[in-house]
Amino acid sequence: MLKTREELDAFRAQAAAAYKRQTQKIIICGGTGCVAGGSLKVFDRLKELIEAEGIAVELDIQKEPHENAIGLKQSGCHGFCEMGPLLRIDPQGWLYTKVKVEDCEEIVEKTIKNGEFIDRLGYSKDGTVHKKQSDIPFYHKQTRIVLEHCGRIDANSINEYIAIGGFTAFEKALFDMTGDEIVDQISKSKLRGRGGGGFPAGRKWTQVRAQKATPKYIVCNGDEGDPGAFMDRSVMEGDPNRMIEGMMIAGVACGATEGYIYVRAEYPLAVQRLRNAIAQGEALGLLGDNILGSGFSFHLHINRGAGAFVCGEGSALTSSIEGKRGFPRVKPPRTVEQGLFGKPTVLNNVETFANVSSIINNGADWYLGYGTEKSPGTKAFALTGNINNTGLIEVPMGTTLREIIFDIGGGMRDGADFKAVQIGGPSGACLTKEHLDLPLDFDTLKTVGAMIGSGGLVVMDSNTCMVEVARFFMNFTQNESCGKCVPCREGTKRMLEILERIVAGKGEDGDIELLEELADTISNTALCGLGKSAPNPVISTIKNFRDEYEAHIYDKRCPAGACQKLKRIYIDPELCKGCSKCARQCPVNAISGKIKEPFSIDLSVCIRCGSCIEACAFHAVKEGK
Amino acid sequence: MNDAFDFTIVDSILDSHDCQKQAIIAILQEIQEHYHYLPREVFPYLSRKLGISEARIYSVATFYENFSLEPKGKYVLKVCDGTACHVRRSIPILQRLRSDLGLSETKKTTDDLMFTVETVSCLGACGLAPVLTINDVVHPAMVPDKASALLKEIKAKEMKEAEKNA
Amino acid sequence: MAEKQYMTVDGIPVEIEGEKNILEVLRKAGIQLPTFCYHSDLSIYGACRMCMVENEWGGLDAACSTPPKPGMKITTNNARLRRYRKNILELILANHCRDCTACENNQNCKLQDLAMKFNITDVRFPNTAVSNKNEDLSSLCISRDAGKCILCGDCVRMCNEIQNVGAIDFAFRGSKMKISTAFNMPIAQSPCVGCGQCAAVCPTGAIVVKNNIDPVWKAIEEPGVKTTVQIAPAVRVAIGKEFGIKNGENTMGKIVAALRRIGFDEVYDTSLGADLTVIEESEELLERLEDNEDLPLFTTCCPAWIQYCEKKHPEMLKNLSTSRSPMQMFASIIKDQATKSSRKSFHVAVMPCTAKKFEAARDEFKTDGMPNVDAVITTQELIRMIKESGIVFADLEPESIDMPFGTVSGAGIIFGVTGGVTEAVLRRVASNKNRSTLLSIATSGTRGMDGIKEFDVPYGDKTLHIGVVSGLGNAETIIGEVKAGKHFDLIEFMACPGGCVNGGGQPFIHREDLDARVDGLYKADRMHSIRRSEENPLIDHLYSDIIKGNVHRLLHVDYLKKGE
Ligand SMILES: Cc1cc2nc3c(=O)[nH]c(=O)nc-3n(C[C@H](O)[C@H](O)[C@H](O)COP(=O)(O)O)c2cc1C
Ligand code: SF4
Ligand code: SF4
Ligand code: SF4
Ligand code: SF4
Ligand code: SF4
Ligand code: SF4
Ligand code: SF4
Ligand code: SF4
Ligand code: FES
Ligand code: FES
Ligand code: FES
Ligand code: FES
Repeated sequence: MLKTREELDAFRAQAAAAYKRQTQKIIICGGTGCVAGGSLKVFDRLKELIEAEGIAVELDIQKEPHENAIGLKQSGCHGFCEMGPLLRIDPQGWLYTKVKVEDCEEIVEKTIKNGEFIDRLGYSKDGTVHKKQSDIPFYHKQTRIVLEHCGRIDANSINEYIAIGGFTAFEKALFDMTGDEIVDQISKSKLRGRGGGGFPAGRKWTQVRAQKATPKYIVCNGDEGDPGAFMDRSVMEGDPNRMIEGMMIAGVACGATEGYIYVRAEYPLAVQRLRNAIAQGEALGLLGDNILGSGFSFHLHINRGAGAFVCGEGSALTSSIEGKRGFPRVKPPRTVEQGLFGKPTVLNNVETFANVSSIINNGADWYLGYGTEKSPGTKAFALTGNINNTGLIEVPMGTTLREIIFDIGGGMRDGADFKAVQIGGPSGACLTKEHLDLPLDFDTLKTVGAMIGSGGLVVMDSNTCMVEVARFFMNFTQNESCGKCVPCREGTKRMLEILERIVAGKGEDGDIELLEELADTISNTALCGLGKSAPNPVISTIKNFRDEYEAHIYDKRCPAGACQKLKRIYIDPELCKGCSKCARQCPVNAISGKIKEPFSIDLSVCIRCGSCIEACAFHAVKEGK
Repeated sequence: MNDAFDFTIVDSILDSHDCQKQAIIAILQEIQEHYHYLPREVFPYLSRKLGISEARIYSVATFYENFSLEPKGKYVLKVCDGTACHVRRSIPILQRLRSDLGLSETKKTTDDLMFTVETVSCLGACGLAPVLTINDVVHPAMVPDKASALLKEIKAKEMKEAEKNA
Repeated sequence: MAEKQYMTVDGIPVEIEGEKNILEVLRKAGIQLPTFCYHSDLSIYGACRMCMVENEWGGLDAACSTPPKPGMKITTNNARLRRYRKNILELILANHCRDCTACENNQNCKLQDLAMKFNITDVRFPNTAVSNKNEDLSSLCISRDAGKCILCGDCVRMCNEIQNVGAIDFAFRGSKMKISTAFNMPIAQSPCVGCGQCAAVCPTGAIVVKNNIDPVWKAIEEPGVKTTVQIAPAVRVAIGKEFGIKNGENTMGKIVAALRRIGFDEVYDTSLGADLTVIEESEELLERLEDNEDLPLFTTCCPAWIQYCEKKHPEMLKNLSTSRSPMQMFASIIKDQATKSSRKSFHVAVMPCTAKKFEAARDEFKTDGMPNVDAVITTQELIRMIKESGIVFADLEPESIDMPFGTVSGAGIIFGVTGGVTEAVLRRVASNKNRSTLLSIATSGTRGMDGIKEFDVPYGDKTLHIGVVSGLGNAETIIGEVKAGKHFDLIEFMACPGGCVNGGGQPFIHREDLDARVDGLYKADRMHSIRRSEENPLIDHLYSDIIKGNVHRLLHVDYLKKGE
């Protein structure tokens, strides 16, 4: 138990010294992705092998004077999951990719004992092997503030977090700053909420600070429901203490004594890491009553979601913590006035909180040095889809799509053509070639009808049907609508119905206009953000790819060749032997012809069942656009 | 009500939450972790213990996707249909699993209570899309054939165990 | 004095006088926005989105949930708002079973009304309403039809917030959402107490009063059956409005006339039963005070309250008075008389109440296995029967009720409003019987629409502490206090907020209009020559003749026995 500030400082000094005594650090990625690839087995095997060699291994830094040892650690996600399991070696900064249990002996032999790099395990691109993680193009162009430690430190050790300077910001806020000074710094830094809305965090904190009612609450939104985004997961798994520290600073600033972290149920590892971090913090006396003798108390609770996207919305989230259905409620009153349990509440996103400690440590001016004038700092994005390097990235606000997709993302997969990128998930919009040089920040995106949202970027190539993409998102929101208000509950159902008809080749004249009319009504009248933004993917695809809609509706044709029901089945006359087998298989008698002459398919009758394709021994029946 | 139902587990879960109303979601989660679904018997019991109407508990339980009022299979297979997985063709995997097991969108669990097939939107492992989880273990970079093979593996294991027990 | 504050509505300044939301300000300005989910007594839900108005920046706000601010400028009606409202209505209708002609609430339905006002002539989407088979007819009091539910949530909030029963709630979410009991069990098996308040607030025909008109017509038309009918106090002030008479006007004479035309053989007033209840309940109160036992005494006129007590607080059943409700007292006398005649009898009660339908079917109130009240119809059903008969109600000449039960007291009439039972009992037990006592009882605290009233009245050398409660949520509060040790001598319970004037079977009115009904009852009392139950000359006659020796059998009931 640390009882005073001095005790914490002494503890930090000891931990830092111990951290230095680890001559080599072998850091295995223990994020969800790499664990799925077998990284824990690699961890166990390495431990076994190193111990067998008689080399001292430390699984956590030990503060007592101890001889030098090798530190073997599990980190959180590095963001490059596709190349996982990843293994980082410090102090060299090397990165091994796709490490398997069978590679362990060689790693111990060559790298650990002899300090040699194993080329085979390094990341190579165009014939060059990039030894150091920071040299790999994927990482090279990134600027990591929030993800600074992700993949580098032991995600299970508060000691290690403290050793590298953790909780100095909290200490500063607690002892050297007044509440006003803290909210001032945050306001000056222009930190904006990373949960999608981009609301200035400083303003929120100032408002809660000004409230008279007590208790006050700090709530961290770790619901991350956007399908295709996993930034918050990586922070919670990889550097849980950083986010917790941000919440604690908010607690000091606003006079709140209770904190709640709402994590989505699909992130069991994040929950485990957070629980561990909280337990360690409590054991050290950094969480609990009268922290470091300052008189400030702060308790943290974890709530697991139970499967409802809408619970990412602030008032639905607080309802859910209160044990109710996740219904958003009308505002006012706002969350800052009457949030959780009807009390003043700061609700911020994981990434927002993870920015706080750096701002307090380095000052607002330092922070303003990153990103754009109105959107300073960095933003983490989840880069997925038809792109070479999928993964988690962090770049300064204002970076262009081109840089992200082609420099960091390594361009389109299989050399396909870039068609669009969907940004912001189900509430977002799609951007096209003409937007490639647009700086990504809160305000610029708004001007083109898009939003950063949670930060999911799904890159799509020419084989992706934009109508189908719109249908996919509408299906998602329709499923996730809480059902409270009419426009969203009934309206999204109707929009989905129409989109389903269109991709099934049953679109009618007037459908596009009806979609637009519904979208207008829903986005203006829905109760919460889910409904208000639900039509966005449809609106932006209609705007940018109206011709695709028209092709589906009027020509019953899918230009991307993706819509199953619109596939054209045809017989290649060159290959057809006229055996009639296909005709006999066709359930609707769409095929006709003379024996020994090429047969043909009447597309107005064909139901695209595919039987004829299988029936033909000569592969004469084909599918096409 | 079923008199035979043993409430010891439920009681200990309730105790660990001090019988607090607001903890109902966590309580239901823990009950489900134990029984793999929410047995109907617990509803009137919870209603009395927590002072929440049974209709309201039912209301909460049916709001959240993760609660199940029906027993699930021993193996719960979740095919991710999040954006990243979807664009990398997760639906064919789902279709394959369903057809292998004779399941459908409405029938999610096999009659022998061995398999449940569901979809989930994003497990946060998008980098490895498409993803399939079997009892929460993540299987990355799936294709229909691989999924089929995984099923066969489990079935074989179960067969062996059944034989051993026989 | 603070300066007056204004907001601008469609270019016209309107004063803000502490209203909680724009909607209330607008009503004052003579603008009635369409609403489905707003009720002044219920919490704000803000879900139907019909009440949206445009603010000066072109954004939209829901008027029901936005507080007015000085200087605010809003537009309540323009092409865009009309288009949105119309689209919302269309979306609702697309998922609605639109069998208006066969609907219980035809012509009495907010949805139908708005659809007409907004000129919806075409619904562009396929109809996806759940089929009629989703009806729940299990309750004797209310019927539910999910196909007509628009999910405004009014019933849920009523049943939970005001009534604290929680029989129904939302289930599932999104487009699969519906109103449901736990596990969709028949509502009769749920904790529902049949108060009908959910039906009263339902804007559509999704929850309606159970219809019992058919058996009544059948009995009237059956040769050789003597049909008798009793009319509850609260009915007389609630029926007129439907026929173009001023709301709250006492139309008892017209009702009697109408019932005779409909074909009833004898028409009576439940207020006489109320007089008997006063005598019996006062007696019981005095006895319990004497013995200092089972206090406080709980009144038992309200069957929904009794069910609530049985289901939620069975250990308090001993506090219930054993006096039957006025309806049942009257009915047992009628039935007792009928057994002496060879003619088959059919007794109907016209009640403001849905729960009475359940009370009538209770085993405690049966003679030889047959219910003493053969059918209960509500005010709403009576209105229909009158309309069905083609009677022009407003033009009827008032008639008086039949003998031998033709006189009632003013005390019996005020049973229809919260506090009325208590006031009647106090009139009975007060030792001094002059006019000023009446006045002082009336001002002691029995009157007024507050959900919980508490006051002291002197009784001999003692002071009685009395509670008057309406709304079951309030009942829960006061029972909590009693259990915590707070002393009361008498508590009057009525399930419906405001008492029977606001019963679940009454035609729906806004809360603001309720006062007229209440005034109507008090006025009827004032105009009455007999104002105390014991002064009703019929009472002496009954006790010395008709019910002599049978007081207990005919006028009392033991709810505790059932509880065992
Ligand atoms: C439907 C919906 C889903 C949301 N999901 C999330 C989420 O998963 N994570 C999140 O941080 N914010 C989410 N938000 C935004 C939150 O409502 C809220 O604005 C945010 O958590 C505030 O934190 P910030 O200011 O730090 O961004 C969602 C909003 C809506 C309307
Ligand atoms: S917009 Fe959708 S999610 Fe939001 S309250 Fe309305 S129905 Fe619920
Ligand atoms: S796809 Fe099916 S329906 Fe079409 S031609 Fe072939 S067999 Fe016939
Ligand atoms: S089965 Fe093949 S070869 Fe035979 S008729 Fe059909 S297309 Fe031609
Ligand atoms: S509820 Fe209203 S709109 Fe619906 S069928 Fe009945 S009367 Fe018509
Ligand atoms: S409105 Fe009149 S005419 Fe038209 S269908 Fe109904 S009853 Fe017939
Ligand atoms: S009748 Fe009363 S108790 Fe029953 S559901 Fe309706 S409001 Fe609730
Ligand atoms: S039953 Fe009536 S009151 Fe209840 S939600 Fe449906 S429409 Fe509204
Ligand atoms: S208060 Fe009157 S109308 Fe309401 S349930 Fe009780 S007896 Fe019936
Ligand atoms: S989980 Fe290892 S890099 Fe993402
Ligand atoms: S899938 Fe429809 S454009 Fe193709
Ligand atoms: S979309 Fe499947 S894991 Fe994220
Ligand atoms: S009345 Fe305002 S939203 Fe329903």
